[in-house]
Formats: sequence, C-alpha cells, structure tokens
Amino acid sequence: MTLIHLSPFDLGLASILVLLLAGMSWRLRLGIERRVLVSAARSTVQLMLVGLVLKVLFAQTSLPLIGLMALVMLSVAGYEVMQRQKRRYRGVWGYGIGALSMFLSAFTVTLLALTVIIGVEPWYQPQYLIPLLGMMLGNTMSGIAIALDSLTRQAWDARGRIEARLLAGGTWDDAIEEVRRDALRSGLIPIINAMATAGLVSLPGMMTGQILAGSPPMEAAKYQLLIMFLIAAGTGLGSMAAVWIGSRRLFDERQRLRLDRLAAANQSR
Amino acid sequence: MSGLRLEGIRSRALGPLDLTLAAGELVFVSGPSGSGKSLLLRAVADLDPHEGEVWLGEEPRSRIAPATWRRRVGLLPAEAFWWAESVGEHLPSILSTHADRAAPEPVSRPSSLLRPALPRLPKPLRRPPGRVSNHPALPDPSTMTDWLDRLGFAPDVLGWSVTRLSTGERQRLALVRLLAQTPEALLLDEATANLDPSNSARVESVVETYRKAQGAAVLWVSHDPEQRRRIGGRSLIIRNERLEPEA
Repeated sequence: MTLIHLSPFDLGLASILVLLLAGMSWRLRLGIERRVLVSAARSTVQLMLVGLVLKVLFAQTSLPLIGLMALVMLSVAGYEVMQRQKRRYRGVWGYGIGALSMFLSAFTVTLLALTVIIGVEPWYQPQYLIPLLGMMLGNTMSGIAIALDSLTRQAWDARGRIEARLLAGGTWDDAIEEVRRDALRSGLIPIINAMATAGLVSLPGMMTGQILAGSPPMEAAKYQLLIMFLIAAGTGLGSMAAVWIGSRRLFDERQRLRLDRLAAANQSR
Repeated sequence: MSGLRLEGIRSRALGPLDLTLAAGELVFVSGPSGSGKSLLLRAVADLDPHEGEVWLGEEPRSRIAPATWRRRVGLLPAEAFWWAESVGEHLPSILSTHADRAAPEPVSRPSSLLRPALPRLPKPLRRPPGRVSNHPALPDPSTMTDWLDRLGFAPDVLGWSVTRLSTGERQRLALVRLLAQTPEALLLDEATANLDPSNSARVESVVETYRKAQGAAVLWVSHDPEQRRRIGGRSLIIRNERLEPEA
C-alpha cells in the first residue's frame, strides 16, 4: 500500500469546510469568524513552512541545524505557556519557569527515547528527533501551562490561608503544600485521561498518521504506546519542575508570601 | 520573658518607626483607617517586605528562622483564616511538636473522644532544632481547655467543622490557636472587632492573664477608646506615618 498524495485541489476542498464554518459563525453572530480564518491561515502557513524546513533538515542530518530547530520549538512553547497564564510571574520568570521546565523534561525524555529505547543511529536523526520532540513539547506544554496557572490562581485566592499557616509557625513548604499538590494534579489529569481512553474513542494522532502512511497497525500501536509513556513521564517531570520552581518563587528569603511577584490578571484568560 | 524592640521599621506609607516594649508590657496602637496599623503588625511579624530590625529580648529577628520568629512573635490578624476541616486539626500539629519534647501526651483530648478517626498529623515537622531551646513549654491540654472555657467554648468545639463557625467564634478560637503556640510576644489586630461586649471582655481577660503569666509583650491595635481605657497600658497613635503618644 502506498501513500495517496494530496493535491492542492484536495486541500482546497477541505478548506471550503472551514470557510463554511466561518460563514456560519458570521450568520449566527458568534463573533469568532475572524479568529477561525486567521488561525486556519496560520496553520496553513506554519505547516507548509515546517514541511519545507524538515525537508531541508532531513536531507542534511546536521546537528547544529537540528539544534537550532529544537531551540525555536522550545522558545515558541515557552512563549505559549506564558500566554496561557492568568497571573504570570513578573520579569524573566514568566517566561523562564515554563521554558526551563520544558527543557528539563521534554529534552531529557526525548534523548532517553532516542538513545536507549529506540536506538536511532545517529541519535539526532531528524526523522525521529523532530517529531518526537515536537510531541513531547506539545504535551508537556499543556501540562505545565495548566499546572502553573492553577498554582498561581490558587495561591492568589488562598492568600489568607497560606499566611495563616505561616503565622502558625509553618515553613513556606507547609504553607503552600496543598496548593502545590492540587496544581500538580490538575496538570497531570489530561494525560492520564488520554492514556485511559486511548484507542477506545479515537485513534491518537500519531497512530492515525502511521496507519495512513501504510504501517502495519500493530507497529503503529506500539509506537503510539511508546509515545504515550514518554509523554506521561515528560509531563509529570515538567509539571513537577515548574510547580516546584514556581511555588518557591512565590516566597522570598524570609519566607513571606510574595504575590506582588505575579502580574495583574490577564483579562483575555 | 523578653521584651520587643522595633528599630527603624519602614514599610510602604509607614515609618521609620522605633518602639520598645518591655517584657510583659502592653501597648495600644490606634489611628485612622488606612494609617498603617495592620501594616505595622505585619511588618513586625515579617509577612511583608520592609526595612528595619526587630529584637525579641537580645535576639535580632534576622538571626532567627522566619517560621520560628512567627511562632514566637504571634500575630492575630483581623480576619482569622482556617486551613483544615475541623478546629482541632489546627491545634494537634502544635501539640505533636510538643510530644517530641517528652511532654505528657494529651491522653483524653476531647476531640479524640468525639472523632476517634481524627488523624493525628503524622508528618514530622521540618524545623531547625535550635528553635526548641529558647522556646517556653507549650501549654498542656488543661490550659487549653481552660482558655476555651473562659472564651465560652466547651471542649467539644475542637471537633467542630470550621465552616460552621460564626465570625465571632472564628475570632475567639483564633486567639486560642495563637496562644497554643505560646508566643513570647503578641501582636493583636483588632482582636475584639467582631465581638459583643461580653465576648470582648472574655478576650481581654484571656489576653491579660496570658500577658501576666508569660511576661509577654503585647502590641495591640484597637480602635476602641473604651477598651484602651479599661485595660490601661501605654496608648500610641499613628499620625503622619509616625507613632505618637495619644493625647
């Protein structure tokens, strides 16, 4: 079985559906037609560009170029995490906590998968590295964004209770413990749910892709399973790192709760 | 027995302030709303960033771990917050640190009769061992029962759910919670603001008894001139970001 190539005409047909959606939004006064069109256009441009870039990367297998690509992916993901916060940390921390945690988790787990589990030769072969890293970053990004957002929101709301614990002679660790646990839990729920329902409701994206590309379904399932495990580990590690750094940053050296280190509420969230 | 000395306390819209309280001395602070009374107490308890140093006896605050400091210089905020389900759960952690020091275990703690399944907090409290040495003994259960009684509560209040408490009950119980950590100095922020006269009198009497028994310095923010007259002690007023004797 060979891959059926899609022509621009095929994609054009599919895009008519999106136009239809925008038309309905306008007719029903949902007010999101602009956003539908803009995001559809963005995804078109971005995916085409990535296709081109990957084509070049795959042809060369040059480590510096691949490293550059990974860096771009990481910095965009870091920005995205920051955008999803209602109350972000002021200064470099707003960007840094998310980006650093993703770097620690996604990169480590991807590296582990490439060298130990899959055993790619050389380990930076872009055909494996880029899609794996992309999936790791995409998923840890959501987990970290949710966990951090929950941490700062709850700390903001629970100020009185946190300070009461400090006043009772508790350390910052005692005082933030509960909030931190909740934040971590909410960051991990999505991937846990995804694992629990995988294959029953929908076939995960990667498996779908491999099957469409002609891989035997069992091979596709095995790869999907590998990815899920990696994502779960990466999201867990990343959320833990982010929540730990984030909660530490909420207190200063005299263990005072420093909500002034968070910026004012972001109204669009 | 140690006094409390504030040295150059400067917070936003406050100070720099100097103030010395002898051991067992009571000082009232009043002032128009927004003049920074609560800010002053929060600064002394080291809850907000600020400049200046506070001394408890001969010890400077900067040499004491923050958690230990807040335990020894107890602040009763105007609004009492509770973090666990039942009233009693806010106290055992204090009693269990007590147990480390080979003090008699509270055998018939009232709450354990009511709720046998109430978990004793098993978590070992991670605190520097240095704290123990110059901290006076924590109260034994009978002292606690006595405080509760004098504030108008039966011992079974420890089993009550925090959500059931009225504002006034929260405020009175917060005082018990604070005294249970046997602070060497007290910072009271409108300790009787939500209370009727008879309950105010109860709080006043418990604080006075504690002050005299422990020789604790008490810095009390109160807007009630009657109260200041009733109890006596030095009265200061915050005016133009400074502390002045009340005319």
